[in-house]
Amino acid sequence: MAELLRFRDDEPVDHPAVTVDAFLDQSNAAAVRIEPGDDARALIPHLDHVRLVEVNFPAFTDGRGYSAARVLREAGYAGELRAVGDVLVDQLSAMRRCGFDSFAPDRPFDPADADAAFRHWPHVYQPAADGRVPIWNLRHGTDNG
Amino acid sequence: MYKYDQYDQAMVDARVAEFRDQVRRRLEGKLSEDQFKPLRLMNGLYLQLHAYMLRVAVPYGTLNSRQMRALADIAEKYDRGYGHFTTRQNIQYNWIKLEDAGDILADLAAVEMHAIQTSGNCIRNISSDHFAGATADELVDPRPYAELLRQWSSFHPEFLALPRKFKIAVIASEADRAAMKLHDIGIRIVKNDAGELGAAFYVGGGMGRTPMIAPCIREFVPLDQLVTYAEACLRVYNRHGRRDNKFKARIKILVHELGADEYTRQVEEEFAHLLDQGIEPPRAELERIKTFFADPAFETDLPEDIDRSDPEFALWVDRNCVAHKAPGYVSAVISLKPVGGIPGDASAEQMRLIADLAKRYSFDELRVMHTQNIVLPHVRKADLHALWSALDEAGLAAPNLDQVDDIIACPGLDYCSLANARSIPVAQQISERFAANGKGKILGELKLKISGCINACGHHHAGHIGILGVDRKGVENYQLLLGGSEADDTSLGKITGPGFDEAGIVDAVEKATDVYLARRQDGERFLDTYRRIGMEPFKEALYG
Repeated sequence: MAELLRFRDDEPVDHPAVTVDAFLDQSNAAAVRIEPGDDARALIPHLDHVRLVEVNFPAFTDGRGYSAARVLREAGYAGELRAVGDVLVDQLSAMRRCGFDSFAPDRPFDPADADAAFRHWPHVYQPAADGRVPIWNLRHGTDNG
Repeated sequence: MYKYDQYDQAMVDARVAEFRDQVRRRLEGKLSEDQFKPLRLMNGLYLQLHAYMLRVAVPYGTLNSRQMRALADIAEKYDRGYGHFTTRQNIQYNWIKLEDAGDILADLAAVEMHAIQTSGNCIRNISSDHFAGATADELVDPRPYAELLRQWSSFHPEFLALPRKFKIAVIASEADRAAMKLHDIGIRIVKNDAGELGAAFYVGGGMGRTPMIAPCIREFVPLDQLVTYAEACLRVYNRHGRRDNKFKARIKILVHELGADEYTRQVEEEFAHLLDQGIEPPRAELERIKTFFADPAFETDLPEDIDRSDPEFALWVDRNCVAHKAPGYVSAVISLKPVGGIPGDASAEQMRLIADLAKRYSFDELRVMHTQNIVLPHVRKADLHALWSALDEAGLAAPNLDQVDDIIACPGLDYCSLANARSIPVAQQISERFAANGKGKILGELKLKISGCINACGHHHAGHIGILGVDRKGVENYQLLLGGSEADDTSLGKITGPGFDEAGIVDAVEKATDVYLARRQDGERFLDTYRRIGMEPFKEALYG
């Protein structure tokens, strides 16, 4: 059982996530799991009663889950977004930026390494799903006019 | 030239610290080689045949003399006293030790340089026109847009594990000196009927084993939506690009399989969505960046006349100097293609000399060309003879810009673990042959490009004459291609027929040029004659 690293205060969902297909067939489940080939946008009409979306990374080199996370956050999803599978310390910072707020890796992280990974970057260049203020706005403020 | 502020510096410094930590965890066994590999690749560190290679980014090919000197120091301190300038306007060192890599990155960061995303499945160093800011035919200097995209693409959290590598070029003139349509995204800054600047997006070009010329998917993206449109192009690719087969994973395959219309439709849908997400930088950022690319203080009333009494100097001026927008100036190309040399190589001493000359004669600015030469972009005509004399003394005055011996060659089997055949010795023999027989002097513009395998790092598809090294039953074999072009008249070369051995390919190139010399009409380049008379006369000479 992988250790769960979580950046939320609410109670975790206590039942397993269903597949996207199963979820779309009987969408009363509160937890759903996205595989790399699934279209995250298919969940958008049902997000109001979803509390946990797991995004599976069968291989850490497959980056589709990063886009899935941002698509869901951009659609207003505020529930738990969990990266599961081949999730490594060196991906944590980017995943957090894309909107993941919990991590269930196949192999547990070294806590010190994980902590360092989240704190490593003093700034960010681009806006993403984590609300960090990009360097561009630190330079100029938020006025886009 | 762009200068880092506290934020840019903090980001490259953080990157150095991150990489040192990754190396530490690799050595402690916390990271497997499979886990470490994408991390080192995104810091430019590539495992080749004999050693690690480090590829250093030269964003849009622009350097100052201090940076060039730092590159020379790295060559001496950590390598064998030389470096190799590449077709992405970067520099590579071929004999690097893993344990030195962190220190090299720190040395680079000290002069506002880095090796970030110069390899791996991410957005690579952004290339541009090597005559940007100097040529009269540009609408604007394209480099501010390239710098904006550099910042946007650096550590972009969504696009660090793309299906495959991703290359972007930005130009701002009708003439294409950056092979823009052979990139994953090619951007041309254009003006619309209302006189506003915008960006034309060409997506899905590339070389490699399946060469494609990028279709234009949007003729005008307003400049205050440039980053958002690029993000839309990348997101559609990241979500839908093929990941089942490494050889079909580039965006050109996605665009080809979906069709440009369907890909465009998906991008436009994503773009409409992203416009509401507020990801575009403030307009003030582009204005801030532009101030770094303002013209240097060009002098006025300079003499236009050049004393041409020394014929060798006059030849170099005719061949290697290119018209400049400011009266009394030219852009001077320093050839890294001496007869019999290794294309793109420069020794530490040569780099330091080039740095000194840039400081003295070109407002402290240098450019790396994708053709593996160096440009001093802003040289007074009055200084040309002194410049040429200094270059000539250092063996850097080969008068061969865009001539048959100005060869692009990949590292090939001498260095690269992917290669099937050697490229460098073939380039050396061709340049020696055309020097010895005197034909090199009379051929005019002829772009010759050599790749040592199908991955096409030597751009053989885009050569007026291209050479592709393959492995045929354990023996190096070379295919000949004719008719490619990377310029505004982009075209892909066609294979002439059966390949040749190493000696045979040099003969074959000479025979092809003989056909041209016999059949050319007034003012025709090799490429023009080929396009007019077709493949048959060449085949006849080669195989008849």
